[in-house]
Amino acid sequence: MAVEADGVPTVAVHTHVFARLARNAARVNGMPTLRQAFVPQPVVGLVPAALRAYIDGVDPVNKRPFMQELLQGLTGPLTEQDLSGVSFERATPRLLDPDTQDNLYREFEQNRWTDYLPIVLPTEERVAAMLKGTSHRPDEVVGKLRPTYYREFWEFTVEKVAVNAVMAGARPEYFPVILALAASGITARQSSTTSWAAPAIVNGPIRIEIGMHCGIGALGPYSHANATIGRAHALLSQNLQGGSVIGDTYMGSIGNAYNYAATWAENEERSPWEPLHVQHGFKPEDSVVTTVFGGWYTQSGYGPRETWQQRFRRCLAACEPYSAPIILMDPTVARGFVDLGFKTKQELIAWCADNARVSAREFWDDPWTQTLLKPHALAGVEPWASKLKAAPDQLITKYRPEDISIVVIGGETQAAWKMIGGTFGRSKMVRIDDWR
Amino acid sequence: MPHLLTVHDPRGYAPKVIGKRLAPRLPTLEGKVLHLVDCLFDNSEVFMQQLQAWFAEHMPGVHTQIVKPRESWVDDPAMRARVVAEADAAVFAVGL
Repeated sequence: MAVEADGVPTVAVHTHVFARLARNAARVNGMPTLRQAFVPQPVVGLVPAALRAYIDGVDPVNKRPFMQELLQGLTGPLTEQDLSGVSFERATPRLLDPDTQDNLYREFEQNRWTDYLPIVLPTEERVAAMLKGTSHRPDEVVGKLRPTYYREFWEFTVEKVAVNAVMAGARPEYFPVILALAASGITARQSSTTSWAAPAIVNGPIRIEIGMHCGIGALGPYSHANATIGRAHALLSQNLQGGSVIGDTYMGSIGNAYNYAATWAENEERSPWEPLHVQHGFKPEDSVVTTVFGGWYTQSGYGPRETWQQRFRRCLAACEPYSAPIILMDPTVARGFVDLGFKTKQELIAWCADNARVSAREFWDDPWTQTLLKPHALAGVEPWASKLKAAPDQLITKYRPEDISIVVIGGETQAAWKMIGGTFGRSKMVRIDDWR
Repeated sequence: MPHLLTVHDPRGYAPKVIGKRLAPRLPTLEGKVLHLVDCLFDNSEVFMQQLQAWFAEHMPGVHTQIVKPRESWVDDPAMRARVVAEADAAVFAVGL
């Protein structure tokens, strides 16, 4: 659209399943009549002849020959609306029109402002009570969110975060954590076809102060604080960024259960290692939340046992190559690794980075490495350039050590661990104390 | 009389949308430079090669060039400047 605005006629080509999204993106950029042509989904994995058939075929959205649509888009006459674009404002009122409780529940659900579980209606009294959980002014701008890179940012205030925190069922004492999650700028409702989520780890004293749970069942529904803080991050993401609506602002093909709630606390008290935030320069007495763009895959196992190296190598090899793992491990597992000689998390991370290997062919046979990492490799950026030069059968490392993280969590009823997708290098750490 | 509640709107604040005009269209592509901008999505390079082949077969007077941004998902002002400076028209494909 920027090239079009600079005076060069353009046509943007999309696959047909993105028609609604593509047209809406053009509208909110002020060019609702931007010329767009469509080919069938998929493009990925098709041989050249199949793609040529798309070009020779019919645009499945506009119902005219694809090339006719493309050529007409570059040479056809413009209309009055083409010459002006469309300007408009989308005001968000502070309050909705008064209504009955039943009607308001219906309105929230019909407008897709919920996750389809019951919500707490954000009355003025409840929002005012939530705002007592922070010293920040209600009208202070917290940040901006958007469902993906090519959409416009929406802005939000402390009060708007409080509204969503109330809806999630959170208590005022949780509010600084929720504000820190909102301030991270990482949405828990990313629109990607890959169905990402935003797992978050809370460290520091606030875990204990507000009753976050990091023992038995720490990832499950066994804590009011964990459940409602995670849900608040999810609800505020969809509502403050302009929605998470299928076909418009959400395209995750399979979806993700972590989208309901995925905020967890590290079991610092039972861990033999430094907590995550201290590893990265914060003081133990700081309270910090680390939010990760991830959650696409989960693998689980036991150990360390005699064959832990083989099992870790296999699991690491199976992890998606674009998304390095967050390794969640029960305290008994962590102590087992200490007994094996891993005195710090960093030593085990270094072992994982060195042993997470696949063939170069397999590494590059992935939509995300192709789309996002290969351009860097072609530009000579390491370590991607060397991986691209490797022979197809050569085993290459998948992850940089700085992209792998370890978090100790769980209640010591089983020596269990999980690897969850979430590249630490793309995470955001926010001091919760700044939002008290 | 049913009890009425007043509640907050949970949505954030959208930016103002400023209308932008489309660029003037060309009377013909014949003899013009058409940039085929590969958005770097998986397999879009092959699609662009096929599109370039179509022009070579059916409209050989159109001078097509495949152009790539520095990386996917990120604005590339240098590439945009090149398109604006060198191309008469552009096709962006295949985007989501």
